[in-house]
Amino acid sequence: MKRPSFWGLHAEVPKALKWGLGVLPFIAIVVFYLIASDIRHKENEYDKLLPTPTQILSAVDRVAFSEDKRTGEYLLWQDSAASLKRLFIGVLAAAVLALLLGLNMAMFEGLNSFFYSFITFISMIPPLAILPILFISFGVDEFAKIFLIFIGIFPIVTRDIYISVKKIPKEQSIKALTLGASQLGVVYRIILPQIMPRLLDAIRLSLGSAWLFLIASEAIAASEGLGYRIFLVRRYLAMDVILTYVVWITLIGFVFDLVLRMIVKHFYPWYVK
Amino acid sequence: MKNFLHIEDLYKQYGNKVILDNVDLSVKKGEICTLVGPSGCGKSTLLRLILGQEVQTRGEISIDGKEVGFASPDRGIVYQRYSLFPHLSVLENVMLGHTLEEGFFQRRKNRKVNEKEAMFYLDKVRLGEHAHKYPHELSGGMQQRVAIAQALLKKPKILLMDEPFGALDPDTREDMQLFLLELWEENPMTIFFVTHDLEEALFVGSRLLVLSQYYVDDRGKNAEHKGAKIVGDYLLDSKVKSTRFKKSKEFTELIDKVRSLGFNPENEQHARDFDLKHPDSYQTLEPYEDARQ
Repeated sequence: MKRPSFWGLHAEVPKALKWGLGVLPFIAIVVFYLIASDIRHKENEYDKLLPTPTQILSAVDRVAFSEDKRTGEYLLWQDSAASLKRLFIGVLAAAVLALLLGLNMAMFEGLNSFFYSFITFISMIPPLAILPILFISFGVDEFAKIFLIFIGIFPIVTRDIYISVKKIPKEQSIKALTLGASQLGVVYRIILPQIMPRLLDAIRLSLGSAWLFLIASEAIAASEGLGYRIFLVRRYLAMDVILTYVVWITLIGFVFDLVLRMIVKHFYPWYVK
Repeated sequence: MKNFLHIEDLYKQYGNKVILDNVDLSVKKGEICTLVGPSGCGKSTLLRLILGQEVQTRGEISIDGKEVGFASPDRGIVYQRYSLFPHLSVLENVMLGHTLEEGFFQRRKNRKVNEKEAMFYLDKVRLGEHAHKYPHELSGGMQQRVAIAQALLKKPKILLMDEPFGALDPDTREDMQLFLLELWEENPMTIFFVTHDLEEALFVGSRLLVLSQYYVDDRGKNAEHKGAKIVGDYLLDSKVKSTRFKKSKEFTELIDKVRSLGFNPENEQHARDFDLKHPDSYQTLEPYEDARQ
C-alpha cells in the first residue's frame, strides 16, 4: 500500500514536488502577466494598464535610485520612512496599552467590571468610519494617522491578551502566592512573562489591519508615505510605480511577519500556540 | 489548647448545595493526614479552604492558633496538574521561593546563594542533573518531584497535596509514595494529602480521614442540603513500610471497612456513631443533626 503523492486524504507530497507546486502559481502569474502585457502593447504602445518589465524596472530606478526632480529626495525610501514611522508608533502604543489593559482586566475582577463593556463597545466601532472625526479634531497631521492605526488594532489585541490570560490556570496564581509573591508579583512576574509570546503573535496577526489603516489614512490626507504615493500617481495611471510600491509593501510585510515569528521561536522556545 | 491545624464547625455551600457540612478536625504537628472519600464529596474543596483558595461559608480554620487568610507562604501546595511554571527552567522554578520575594538587584546579588539552596532541594528529590531543563522536557513524575522541592524550599507550616500522584502510572505512583514517606522521615512536617486511591491513603498516611456524604442524621435519610462530614478517623502506623504491607491482612481489612463506611450510598450509619478512632478526633453536632443533645 503506497500513499498517493498528491490526491486524496492520505496524500504525502514528496519534497521536490511540494517545492515545485508551491512555486508554480507564482510562475503562472508572471507568465500570464507578461503575455497579457505583450498583447496590450502590440495593440497600443502607450498602454499604461500592464507595464512591460522594462517599464517596471525603469519605474523602480526612478523611485528608488534617483533623486526626485522636484524635491531632490529618493521617493521610495522617503515614503517608506514616513509610513514605517507612523506604523511603528501606532502599533507599539497599541501593543503596550493592550498588554497592560488586557492583563490587568483578566487578573483583577474589579477593573474588569469597569472596562469590559466599554472595550467591547470600542471594538465594534469601524475605525475607518471615525477617520473623518480624527481629521476634523486633530488636523491632517501625523497624530490622526497614528491614532487611527492605534484605535484599529488596540481593542482586538486587548481582547486577545485578556482571553490568553484567562486561559492560564488559577492554580498558578495560588501557587505563586504560596511561594511568596505579592499580588502585583503574581501579575507581573508570573503571568506577564507567559503571555509575551502571545502578544507578539497577536501583533503579528494584526499587522495586516494596521497596514490597511495606514494606507487609507495616507490616501486621504498626507504629503508623503507609501499609501500617499500610490493614490497620488493613480491619477496619472502610473501602474509601473503602483506595482512597484505594492510589491515593496508586500515584501516589507513578509519580512515583519518572518522576523516576529523568529523572535517568538528563539526567545520563547517553551511557547505552544 | 487547640492543635496545630484546627477546623471547627466548617460549612461550605455553593448556592443551595452544601458541600461540607459541619466538619470538625484537629491535627497535631507532624502528621501525614490522608483524606479519602467518594468522588465529588468535597475532599479538594476542604483542601482549598485550608489553602485559602476558597472562602468558607461558615466556621473556623486556624493554623497555629491563627485564622487562615488567602494563599500565603505558610501553606505549601502541590497540585495534580499545572505543577510548574512552563516558562522557567527547573532550577528557576525551585528558586522562586526566594526570587519572588526579592527585587531585581537583590536577586542579582543573591543569585549564587539562591541557586545553591535550590540545588540542595533538587538533589533531595534526586533531580539535580535536570536543573537546566524545562518542565515540558520532564516526565509527569519528575515534574511532581520538582513541585515538591519547590514547595519544600519555602519550609511551609503545612504541605497541602491535592491528588499529587493521580496523573501518574501505577509504578511511578508507588515510587512517589515511598519517596514522600522517606522525605517525611528525614524532614518531619505536617502534610495534608488528598487522594481518591484508598490504598495510597492507607500506605502513606499516619492518620486516615474519611470524608463522605453517605450517612444518616436526624435530618432524615433523604434530607436535601446535606453535605459531607468526616465519617472515619483512624490512627495509622507511621513508620516507612515496605510495599508488601499493601498485601497484609490488616491493610485489606481496613480498606474494606472504609469502603463500606464512606463509599456506600446505602450506608445508614448515624452521625453520632461515626468511626472516629483517632485520639485527636472530635465532633460538635448541631441539635438538628443529633436530637440527643
